[in-house]
Amino acid sequence: MKRLPVFLLALAALGALLAAGPARAQGETPPAPAATPSDDAVNAIAKNLYCPVCENVPLDVCPTLACQRWREQIREKLAEGWSEQEILDYFVLQYGDRVLAAPPRRGFNWLIYLAPPALIALGAWTLYRLMGRMRLAAQAAQTARMDARPQHVDDDTLARLEDELKRRDQGE
Amino acid sequence: MLANFGYGALVISLAVSLYGIGAAIYGERNKQPRWVDSARNAMLLTFPLLTLAAASIIILLVTNRFELDYVYSVTSRSMPTYLRVTALWGGQPGSLVFWSWLLSLFTSAVTLRDWRRDREFLPWVIVVALVTLAFFLVLIIAFENPFLRYWTGSSGAVVTAMFQPRGLELFTPADGRGLNPLLRHPGMIIHPPLLYLGFVSLTIPFAFAIAALITGRTDDRWIRLTRRWTLWAWLFLSLGLILGGRWAYDVLGWGGYWGWDPVEVAALMPWLTATPFLHSVMIQEKRNMFKHWNMLLIIITYDLMILGTFLTRSGVLSSVHAFAQSAIGPMFFGYIVITLAVSLALLSRRWDELKSEGELTSWLSREALFLINNLVFIAILVVCLWGVFFPILTEALGIVGQAFPSVAHIFNGQKVTVGPLFYERATGPLWAALLLLMGIAPLSAWRASTGRTLGRGMVAPTIASVVALIAVAAFSEVRQWAALLAIWLCFFVVFVTLYEFIRAAAARAAAHSLNFIVALWQLAGRNRRRYGGYIIHLGVVLMAVGIIGIEMFQTETQASLKLGETLALGRYSIRYDSLAEFDTNDNRNVARAVVTVFKDGREVGELYPRRDYFYESDQPMTIPGVRASLEDDFYVLLVDWQPISTQNATFKVYHNPLVNWLWLGSLVFIAGTFVAAWPEKDAQPQPERSRAARAAARA
Amino acid sequence: MNMTEMTETTPRKAGGWGRILAWALVLGLLTVVAIQLSKSMQGSVGAGQKAPEFTLTLFGGGEIGPAEMAGKVVVVNFWASWCKPCEEEAEELQDAWEYYEPRGDVLFLGVDYVDTETDALKYLEKWGITYPNGPDLGTRISQAFRITGVPETYIIDRQGTLAYIKIGPFTTLDEILAAVERALAE
Repeated sequence: MKRLPVFLLALAALGALLAAGPARAQGETPPAPAATPSDDAVNAIAKNLYCPVCENVPLDVCPTLACQRWREQIREKLAEGWSEQEILDYFVLQYGDRVLAAPPRRGFNWLIYLAPPALIALGAWTLYRLMGRMRLAAQAAQTARMDARPQHVDDDTLARLEDELKRRDQGE
Repeated sequence: MLANFGYGALVISLAVSLYGIGAAIYGERNKQPRWVDSARNAMLLTFPLLTLAAASIIILLVTNRFELDYVYSVTSRSMPTYLRVTALWGGQPGSLVFWSWLLSLFTSAVTLRDWRRDREFLPWVIVVALVTLAFFLVLIIAFENPFLRYWTGSSGAVVTAMFQPRGLELFTPADGRGLNPLLRHPGMIIHPPLLYLGFVSLTIPFAFAIAALITGRTDDRWIRLTRRWTLWAWLFLSLGLILGGRWAYDVLGWGGYWGWDPVEVAALMPWLTATPFLHSVMIQEKRNMFKHWNMLLIIITYDLMILGTFLTRSGVLSSVHAFAQSAIGPMFFGYIVITLAVSLALLSRRWDELKSEGELTSWLSREALFLINNLVFIAILVVCLWGVFFPILTEALGIVGQAFPSVAHIFNGQKVTVGPLFYERATGPLWAALLLLMGIAPLSAWRASTGRTLGRGMVAPTIASVVALIAVAAFSEVRQWAALLAIWLCFFVVFVTLYEFIRAAAARAAAHSLNFIVALWQLAGRNRRRYGGYIIHLGVVLMAVGIIGIEMFQTETQASLKLGETLALGRYSIRYDSLAEFDTNDNRNVARAVVTVFKDGREVGELYPRRDYFYESDQPMTIPGVRASLEDDFYVLLVDWQPISTQNATFKVYHNPLVNWLWLGSLVFIAGTFVAAWPEKDAQPQPERSRAARAAARA
Repeated sequence: MNMTEMTETTPRKAGGWGRILAWALVLGLLTVVAIQLSKSMQGSVGAGQKAPEFTLTLFGGGEIGPAEMAGKVVVVNFWASWCKPCEEEAEELQDAWEYYEPRGDVLFLGVDYVDTETDALKYLEKWGITYPNGPDLGTRISQAFRITGVPETYIIDRQGTLAYIKIGPFTTLDEILAAVERALAE
């Protein structure tokens, strides 16, 4: 009786742990600004930006001229000693929220982060309730049938029996 | 005129489809089998008609008939013939014709089967198939006609029309615009057809489900009839997705195979319901439970399939794949709403008849675990749906902000991007949960499993997988716990699956005093569905290994190199040797670099990353140089270079560990599906007795 | 959807409001998609429609808002320094501006779309552009006009209605002058 909740809990815990951890090896924060920041430092930031000119292609790999300019701008800002967050903020101010790889966590956008876990939890809960109820019904039926059935049956026999019964029910 | 001929074929097939719908309904209502037979013939007739239409387009494409708008926009004189043929699905009108042709092919094939035992399904299967077909034909004829031609008069203005407008002459441009360069890749030649095949063939289980709902024959007959169809549909869909990934990896030049682009997600969504459907129909077959759920799943799958086709073509989402903005958006939207409403209404009408008879006896029984598997899949679907629709939502709700300035900061109507980060974080744990379930479920039994029996089965695989994990940890530098957990899960599933094979084969060998290998072989033959399924699981795990490799351990670096300079990444390095820029006869400008690759300081070969610039479409395309092995891929991109002197070039290099297991796993996956879906020798309708025996064997 | 199934399989009383909620959510989502769909079908703003109101923050500082535009014919040109076709019309636009500037009732505005300030200023200097220019902050203006690319030019008449729309670059000075004259006449 208690096993499924434990199992579901374990699943949920697993989920929470994984969600908390980094989903992929993120580009480490760029090292302290050198004279000219390296391409890697620029790309580490560009990876999390999307230019409206080439939609759905991250800035670090977008080949258009506009995107090249953007990367140069990141380089300039890095050279001036801006932090990654400052640069991202600057881009949001200039070009809007859409340049970020994921909606910023404010206002209505919270919904994107909160709705799926809530819906999934709701689904898990209803499933749990449903299965619990079905199991209660099964237990009641089982005690009634207990004696009529041999105790040690293998899968195949059981399934055959099941099939037989079902066919009779359907009157095929 | 060939164009008129093709157009005529389209119009006639629409008329035939509409007649078929009417005849099937009339025949069924008035108990007149003649009319149903006539409807069936109409269904069969659409196939040759659409073949003619598609063939006309292909001939027009191959023979450079640029007076056709479609031919002009997807081909050019410099394109090779095979690309002209495949340009059939290179643009919107052509791909819709291709879609319809496939649908007609599949539904015709299904109407050719022996219907004697399932007579009552026939008219409704025909109706559903023909309604779907008619919808697509209306779209094509009214909005996306591939046979439109250019006409011009003395004023010099060019108009596009199907038939010759008064006083105008046919206008033939000298050359076409050519196919979108991104679509000129072998992967792109088979990826759309496979995806379409998958989409289209999902219509069949849906048609049977609707037939079952209408006729009230709601036992598991419809599931048994369509099981193999669903499996094939699922295989095509999976292959379409995988090939799409391969195409992205080879052509899009961003070092990855899956970017969680809205259109990719839209194509994934039907798969996310088809897969749990394949699992949960087994519950209904074995335990007679969850009939509502199966109906609901197939209905949702069908509409997600239409939605997938719609999202890629309506312009609601913008994406690298979306062909263009088009007038057909509202049509698709209306169709989805109507089919969803009608199907759900039918389902609720039969709701009480579909009440489950089975009982759930154990939390750890196979049916319970399958249900949890369904829950996880649906959870992933919810994440995907939400991710795709959220940007639309934020933009549309800007209206609220405009109306009520006090909440304008909440509903600011700004566009947002939902990128890979969101999907990876949200679905990562769910995929892991699926892996775990894949390890546990095969050990469980239908109806009753106790923790003890399940635990006993798990001992050996768990020990083996932990040992393997320790070995991996000892011999590599992997220390991230998330990666270790994922690797352990993979080992666990592999060992459980192998354990299942060995245990069953050993038992069989003992029982029939057979050689172990022979027993193993016979095993797969005797219960194709179960063991085919296990092989699919193994394939999925191999793919997971590849995905874990590239997602968690990908490294990259980029630098500008002078001639002869080297760039190092991990154990690899490249030396910039030369670069040549030249024009090709198919209107490209190619910049091709030669780099020498070193591994651990030893020279291992040359790579040729290049950048193709297509003059016709003014589009650059970055083609990587890739050195592939089972261990890893070394992936080099040419980012930029100094023109003319070529003294300097910028390269971006990726190290993608294990990524080839993804492609390898997909081969195993295909093999498994073949095992599971291959017709058994006695698949034809049988007298009752042998059917029961087969059912028993299948358990 | 998951939820409706679950609740309905169980005795019905438990799922009543849950089901209603689920349906409301589905319907709501569909409505939003429908709205967005109809919006994206409209394409860019059409001539004869009321022009969207906006405030342009200038490169050198300062703003031009609805107050400054009131009662004038406004030529809104969307451009970017990375955009090759924009260069084709740059000179003509500047010439047109020099022609109209003394009149005082015609205003030229350059809206710089998805660009970097350094490059934009270089571009303005290169073509000697003197009419007010500013970045499209947060891509708000381009979203309001629903532009499909750059260059695009929108001419707003004195009443604030869109008189003329040009997708792509102007080819001659006369073309610009003719378009502005028509807007002035309205």
